[in-house]
Amino acid sequence: MREALLREERKRIMRKLSRLYDLLIYIFLYLPIAVVVLFSFNSSRRNIEFEGFTFSWYGRLFQNDALLQSYANTLIVGVASTIIATFVGTMASYGMSKYKFKGKGIIDALLYIPVVIPEIVLGISLLAIFNLSQIPMGLVSLTIAHATFCIPFVVFTVNARLAGFDKSVEEAAMDLGAGRIKTFFAVTMPIILPGVIAGAFLSFTLSIDDIIISFFTTGPGSNTFPLKIMELTKTGVTPDVYALSTIVLFVTIIAAVLTQRDTGNK
Amino acid sequence: MKGISLMKNISFVKKRHLFLKKAIPLLATISPVTIWLLLLVAAPLSYVFYLSFLSTDGYKLIYKLTISNYRELLNPIYLEIYKNSFILALLTTIVGILLGYPFAYHMARAARNKKALMMLLLMIPFWTNSLIRLNGWKTILGKTGVLNTLLIKLNLINAPLEILYTKGAVLLGMVYILFPYMVLPIFASIDKLDFSLLEAAGDLGANSIKTFLHVTLPLTAPGIFSGTILVFIPSLGYFFVSDIMGGGKSQLIGNLIENQFKAANNWPLGAAFSVLLIISILILVSIYKRTGGDMKNLGVV
Repeated sequence: MREALLREERKRIMRKLSRLYDLLIYIFLYLPIAVVVLFSFNSSRRNIEFEGFTFSWYGRLFQNDALLQSYANTLIVGVASTIIATFVGTMASYGMSKYKFKGKGIIDALLYIPVVIPEIVLGISLLAIFNLSQIPMGLVSLTIAHATFCIPFVVFTVNARLAGFDKSVEEAAMDLGAGRIKTFFAVTMPIILPGVIAGAFLSFTLSIDDIIISFFTTGPGSNTFPLKIMELTKTGVTPDVYALSTIVLFVTIIAAVLTQRDTGNK
Repeated sequence: MKGISLMKNISFVKKRHLFLKKAIPLLATISPVTIWLLLLVAAPLSYVFYLSFLSTDGYKLIYKLTISNYRELLNPIYLEIYKNSFILALLTTIVGILLGYPFAYHMARAARNKKALMMLLLMIPFWTNSLIRLNGWKTILGKTGVLNTLLIKLNLINAPLEILYTKGAVLLGMVYILFPYMVLPIFASIDKLDFSLLEAAGDLGANSIKTFLHVTLPLTAPGIFSGTILVFIPSLGYFFVSDIMGGGKSQLIGNLIENQFKAANNWPLGAAFSVLLIISILILVSIYKRTGGDMKNLGVV
């Protein structure tokens, strides 16, 4: 009896300790973000001491054309590379799961390379080949580079979805007279769509966050937001950058909560 | 005779039909990715390999094969940097496992709703660009930063502590940036774990430490392995972390490559550093595969 109580007590303490541990981890994860949000309201220009509360950086942000332009570039490259990667990746995953052919192993191996090698190696390789083939450095080279590291992730996500796909459904549709293209859009696509969407989201996230590959494949005048921050880090990041980050953070949190609730209801 | 030619004809039609049925959709789906990967992964990497055997006069490449870059790799200054870089990557991995494992365990054992919430709370910080978050750390840890100001106001210290621009700060930044890459694979492997096995071990008289060492740990080792690969490799190359947190004082392999391709403008030497990095990673990945690691676990994070 006493022993059981003791064990119960020990379990309770352990549970409290693990909760405390998780809390500390979350503090570690959120501390710098809390500072960023707080200092976006700081009346001092230097991000060293909190001097007073102001909203003015949120106003000034919209006069900082270079900063806004860098964010626009990030979004343009993000959308363009996501479209390319989703299209190329989805077709590749579909073709590779449906057909057997020579050289499949090579494509498979090539797909793993951008995932496994350090980003810096992919970055300098793309820089070297763009330079060799005289592709102008700017939004186009950035988009090509981003699509390159996003394609494998789309393939893997769609593969995961296709793994549980019953191919006889497709055959049934074709036996019933549907053409190949009609079968793909009416039967296959609805089944793999969640994988395609997940792959697209992953691509977009990877693209807008990318630092290293963009660093090597950008050209003069086409900074992305991360590159702009990198440039500012040397002289000191101004609070309007923190203001923009705060806005982006809250927009993504709201979007995440909404989608979470949506999928939770289903 | 007629019969044979008819047969031939039929088989031709059949072949043509088979060709249309298989080859065209195969080509349509596979060629874009094949062309893309050949032109933008295989060709660039091969070109970098070739570059590593060239030299430069400071402006143009000199197209004469040489192994001088590889001899340069053995320069004692660089050897010191590889060593530091390797130690940092190792420490990042170890600290990541020690911090991440208990957290991943709690997350995997939480009730369904709480699990989703914990996961969301883990991911939210990573939607803010890592450079912004590292600047947040800089604001906290700087000489006149939030932490030092607080400690001085509380009279705990007299003079500000030197935290920023140290090796410890670089380690902190690296662990911080790569944390989810360690937690997620470990979480996935614990989540798959059949917890009745742990109860069985307990019923058979094993205490919780024994159960952990002999049952839980071996069964979740694949997750730790994937996490190790996903953390160790990037931490060799993330030059921006040592730039921001280390103030450029502590160089990593990543900084060496960056410097040769930007400021120093010696691409062949930078290419040789890259080849060295790729070879070390191939060794690491082959160890991973030999110990039973699945490449698929590296892709979906």
